[in-house]
Amino acid sequence: MAKRQWFSVRKPLKPKQRFVLTIMSFILPLLVWSAVSYLPFLWHPKMEVTSPGDVAYLKVGMLVDRDVFERESATLQESGGTLPEGVRANPVYLPAPHEVAIAFYTAFTTEPKRRNEKWLHESLWDSIQVIFWGFFLSSLIGVPLGILAGTYDVISRLTEPFVEFFRYLPAPAFGALAVAILGIHEAPKIAIIFIGTFFQQVLIVSNTTRKLDPSLLEAALTLGADRLSLLFKVVIPGIITDLYKDLRILLGWAWTYLIVAELIGTSSGITWFITQQARYKNFDNVYAAIMMIGIIGLTTDILLARLGKRIFPWEKAAARA
Amino acid sequence: MSIVELPSYLEQSDKVRDRFTRLKQRPVILEVDQLSKQFDTPQGSVTALNKVSFKTHRREFVCVIGPSGCGKSTLIRILAGLENESSGRVMLDGNVVHGPGPDRGMVFQGYTLFPWLTVKKNVMFGLERSGKGRVPSETEAMQWIELVGLEKFANSYPHQLSGGMKQRVAIARALANQPRILLMDEPFGALDAQTRAKMQSYLMDIWKNIDITILFITHDLDEAIYLADRILVLKAHPGEVQELIEVPVPQPRSPEQLLSPEFLATKKRLEDLIHPPEANVEINGDHLNMVRMVALDDEVSSVF
Repeated sequence: MAKRQWFSVRKPLKPKQRFVLTIMSFILPLLVWSAVSYLPFLWHPKMEVTSPGDVAYLKVGMLVDRDVFERESATLQESGGTLPEGVRANPVYLPAPHEVAIAFYTAFTTEPKRRNEKWLHESLWDSIQVIFWGFFLSSLIGVPLGILAGTYDVISRLTEPFVEFFRYLPAPAFGALAVAILGIHEAPKIAIIFIGTFFQQVLIVSNTTRKLDPSLLEAALTLGADRLSLLFKVVIPGIITDLYKDLRILLGWAWTYLIVAELIGTSSGITWFITQQARYKNFDNVYAAIMMIGIIGLTTDILLARLGKRIFPWEKAAARA
Repeated sequence: MSIVELPSYLEQSDKVRDRFTRLKQRPVILEVDQLSKQFDTPQGSVTALNKVSFKTHRREFVCVIGPSGCGKSTLIRILAGLENESSGRVMLDGNVVHGPGPDRGMVFQGYTLFPWLTVKKNVMFGLERSGKGRVPSETEAMQWIELVGLEKFANSYPHQLSGGMKQRVAIARALANQPRILLMDEPFGALDAQTRAKMQSYLMDIWKNIDITILFITHDLDEAIYLADRILVLKAHPGEVQELIEVPVPQPRSPEQLLSPEFLATKKRLEDLIHPPEANVEINGDHLNMVRMVALDDEVSSVF
């Protein structure tokens, strides 16, 4: 059997090797996390008190810094009282993997503390709606504008300099303004996602449009295409697959604006859940919620990639060739 | 310094001369009149074409050949309407043409098939643009696809085809519009020698059987002589007509003629025009500065 080359420059690995590495890329961080969580000698800077002994302020279950604990023990040893007992522990903000794993389930079953508060699945659904509307409205205007700017120099000159300027303005900076104009509920959050996505979108889409092979346009012209069919029968179908990839990437960016957007006005959605759980020091729930965002994002992207292969059959042909 | 005595390329057999007489009596399809093109570059204005004039008759096959920089691509792009002339006129059937149009079909070196359309839809593109309905377009497209022998691939995408097949689709797509003239810009330049030879004979077959006038750009001398009735030789800097050669090789052509005296005579003439002797001096003066790097007593001390 030929020796497996793991480190050949710019040579693709075998499918099996790739699969192993994909799994490893998730396993490795998990291993580090597990090691820090389950091997007390690695870090564990705190002591969890199992018996307070004669130290007045210690209670069972309390987390104290290790040096404080040792100082108290040393003092008691000198004065001859009952020594406190405890086990090494990590700070409360670093729950162990299994706790977070359990939280993935319990977070959904934990009843909200107050009646007007929402269950986790309701919060998640709120977040998804905010993302959807922000991204949808942005695409509704941004994609056509980007295509036109990439096709006609006059529209490019008229819009892109301003868009170029505006995209440097951080979307969250418009938070207060958005609340003043749009109220405190969903609308300003959608607006922030819109502002965060739209300006990048116009530039990216116009760039993609410009990358269309100009000889395809020339070929169409010699076949008798008029201006309208150049746009609708050549430019748009010609860029549609790249456009689809752009939108997938932009959707990822939209998610990164979600947290800021949801802090605006009345906190809502997954962000409200995260801040609320952090306040209660349920850090296992916090981690679980953060991971859920990642999982939702990645799953959407994978599904969209699959869908893309379906709706653009010539892409599949290109990949096979 | 030719080793074999060749006849003059101007010598034509009676049959060939008779054919050219009849050919020139056919109606003129394309007339190029005093066509010039200047490009503005940062270094100043560059003349790509200078007063190029020629006529193409109906169902004639004209090849355009010339050294690099002679403006042959500029010429064909102006004819196709993809670039504007600086002065002069292009006339098709006696009418001046401006801008691109389906009356002048074009086949590009880079295939330029629409990757998102199947072979059939690619060929239908021009038909549908001309306002034909879907169904008649489809029927007509299939006829053209059959003409280039790709009916099995009608529903394939361009990526699934070989280079030669792609170019056959491109030819079918251009012909489907039934243009007055088919402009071909080094269409077989990217193909390997074998495929290229096959494509040449396909093209000859198509040309023989349908009413089409062809203007074909190439840098391959053999290809030009093999395909053309007449060869328009351009010279570079600026691009000007050097000679319009009537190819003395009898029609119909076959690959055996590649070694016939008329063929070789024409080739010699083209060689002289395109790589004139004075140009060789320049090449020789530009020789590599070589130092012997093999030991004199080496086992293989000389390659001769």
